[in-house]
Amino acid sequence: MTLGSKHARLWLGLAVGLGWFALLLFPLLGITPDGLTFQTTWNVLKPVALAAVGIVGLVSLSHLPAAAGLRRAADSARAGAATAVSRVPTFVWITLLLAGLAAYPQLVGRYGVDVAVNVLVYVCLGLGLNVVVGLCGLLDLGYIAFYGVGAYTYAILATQFGVSFWICLPIAAVLAAVAGACIGYPTLRMRGDYLAIVTLGFGEIIRIIINNWMSLTNGPNGIISIPPPGFYTVVFDGGISLEHVLLRKLDQMYYVVLVLAVGTVIAVRHLNFSRIGRAWEAIREDETAAELMGVNTFRFKLLAYAMGATFGGLAGAFFAARMKSVAPNSFSFIESALVLAMVVLGGLGSIPGIVLGALALIALPEVFREFEQYRMLVFGGAMAVMMLVRPQGLIPAMRMGKRGEDEA
Amino acid sequence: MDYFLQQFLNGLTLGGVYALVALGYTMVYGIIQLINFAHGEFFAAGGYMGVILLSFLASQGYMDSHPWLCLGVALCLSMAYCAMLAMAVEKVAYKPLRSSTRLSVLLSALGMSIFLQNGLMLTQGVYDKAYPTEFTHGSITLGPVTISLMQGLILGLTVTLLLTLNFVVFKTKLGKAMRATSMDKTMSALTGIDANRIISVTFAIGAALAAAAGILVGLYYGSVRYDMGFVPGIKAFSAAVLGGIGNLYGAMLGGFLIAMVEIMAAAYIPHGGEYKDVFAFIILIAVLYFRPTGIMGENVNDARV
Repeated sequence: MTLGSKHARLWLGLAVGLGWFALLLFPLLGITPDGLTFQTTWNVLKPVALAAVGIVGLVSLSHLPAAAGLRRAADSARAGAATAVSRVPTFVWITLLLAGLAAYPQLVGRYGVDVAVNVLVYVCLGLGLNVVVGLCGLLDLGYIAFYGVGAYTYAILATQFGVSFWICLPIAAVLAAVAGACIGYPTLRMRGDYLAIVTLGFGEIIRIIINNWMSLTNGPNGIISIPPPGFYTVVFDGGISLEHVLLRKLDQMYYVVLVLAVGTVIAVRHLNFSRIGRAWEAIREDETAAELMGVNTFRFKLLAYAMGATFGGLAGAFFAARMKSVAPNSFSFIESALVLAMVVLGGLGSIPGIVLGALALIALPEVFREFEQYRMLVFGGAMAVMMLVRPQGLIPAMRMGKRGEDEA
Repeated sequence: MDYFLQQFLNGLTLGGVYALVALGYTMVYGIIQLINFAHGEFFAAGGYMGVILLSFLASQGYMDSHPWLCLGVALCLSMAYCAMLAMAVEKVAYKPLRSSTRLSVLLSALGMSIFLQNGLMLTQGVYDKAYPTEFTHGSITLGPVTISLMQGLILGLTVTLLLTLNFVVFKTKLGKAMRATSMDKTMSALTGIDANRIISVTFAIGAALAAAAGILVGLYYGSVRYDMGFVPGIKAFSAAVLGGIGNLYGAMLGGFLIAMVEIMAAAYIPHGGEYKDVFAFIILIAVLYFRPTGIMGENVNDARV
């Protein structure tokens, strides 16, 4: 096939696609009770068509011989930068990164800290889900339920019984782990898609219960005026006494979540490179083979659910403390989809990838605030496009084979 | 007893809707092993297309003279529309991923679902859109139960569509090709069946059924909303799984079963109305625990699409 005919087919495909798009768009925008209007359809179609023509034009141009030289130059520059980076030892980078993160609230305003807190919460969630989906290969579509369990645990214990945040944190983690084991147990015999729908159903069950159990959770109104975490300081005023200080400022909350997120990163990394992590990866790659080699798949799958849920529960307890209120609509399916998208976008099983994924999905939309209403539209489209162009994620994990279930 | 019969009838009506949506899931799953998350959105798009066409026809004055004819036209057009939409989605988001991992395709489907739902919201607004329903009022009393005209319409149309589908799948050449493709893609391709075309047609048929269900639900409840596809979508998918995914009769049975559980729980259990979705999912989890392939999922090579 010559270059010319290939391009001709590309342009023809574009024309057919745009025609089809116009056909689909017209009934939604062109038919009104007043009659038929073509103006609005055209207004939407025009920018889309221009963008499509631009992209296809660029693709055509990049196949020209002249573009090859440019690409080679860019490749050699990237390789040079990579060697320069790898010469510096890793601990230097980690120290620099931690110092940067610690200094961050002093460098930016309140809004910047707010976004960073959000990102860090989602880093915890993404890493927790990564244990289930990325390491153990169990698709979980109801992960946000554990976040909800953690959030409501702290909200109820703190407002009804006045329990401190630091005591609630492990309680939330344990309760979430129990919830994880509860969903894990009946689903252990299922594989693949059945698992997906059962976890989705479980997530909905938790949300509906939270929504309707008025006496415990206050239903759709949620729980308000949740106290922030506090700690005791020693005060010297004519003798020594202890004073209880509440962390009311956002900056202080940032450090709490930073510790939580860094702790999660370290924990997940240790899990990943331990005996448990290897067992999980063996189950992910081929469950039958893993079982034959002596891996107790039942116990490790249950453990994966419980561990993943634990991190979700911790993040949830922090979320409740930070927002000072919780309501059931924070734990809908779309949140589960968002966390899953983060994990897959970043790269299944890859810790730096997931951190990057959380940054991309939480911080990037903040940059494009003016286009708020198109946010989810673009998010959905980007998810599909990402699967087309880079299914392994932004930073793929080092140890990742071909998934076992595909041959089945 | 009368109360029970009345609730049973309500369950049948809702079950018909679930069965129509569940068929789309099960057909697509049977042929490419994909949970088509965007299927619930075809249901919503069908409902919207119905309200758009009906209110357009009403403003032109046709609704007063021939309401049933208008409904028929709207039904056919929105089914055709959703079939086109499904073919476009398949072409753009699923076909290029034919050889990649199942998780990739699933996420692509999830992305398409979010995309379509927000597309509907942006083009049609966030508020409920009201259906013109004046012509559907009225009811027939048969002994102890009262069948409203709307319920009769839903049941009649559902049975008609299910029978038509049954005929298409089991009696026509197209259906034979569909069954062959779902059993063995490579082998059926060797006999000259164009697998891509069959997959496209499967998506189109499933989406058309979902569109019909969308219009029926819109007429029954009197309004549509941009996110109306989500909950019926997961219920219908549960129904498909419950019946044994990939099995046509299983999807129909599962649809009626899930709806029956929901209606009966709302009718007989205190606070059941608030928790009816919970009961539906608990039944699903319980059935899958004891029978992981679903109720009728055993005959993998028989009656699959």
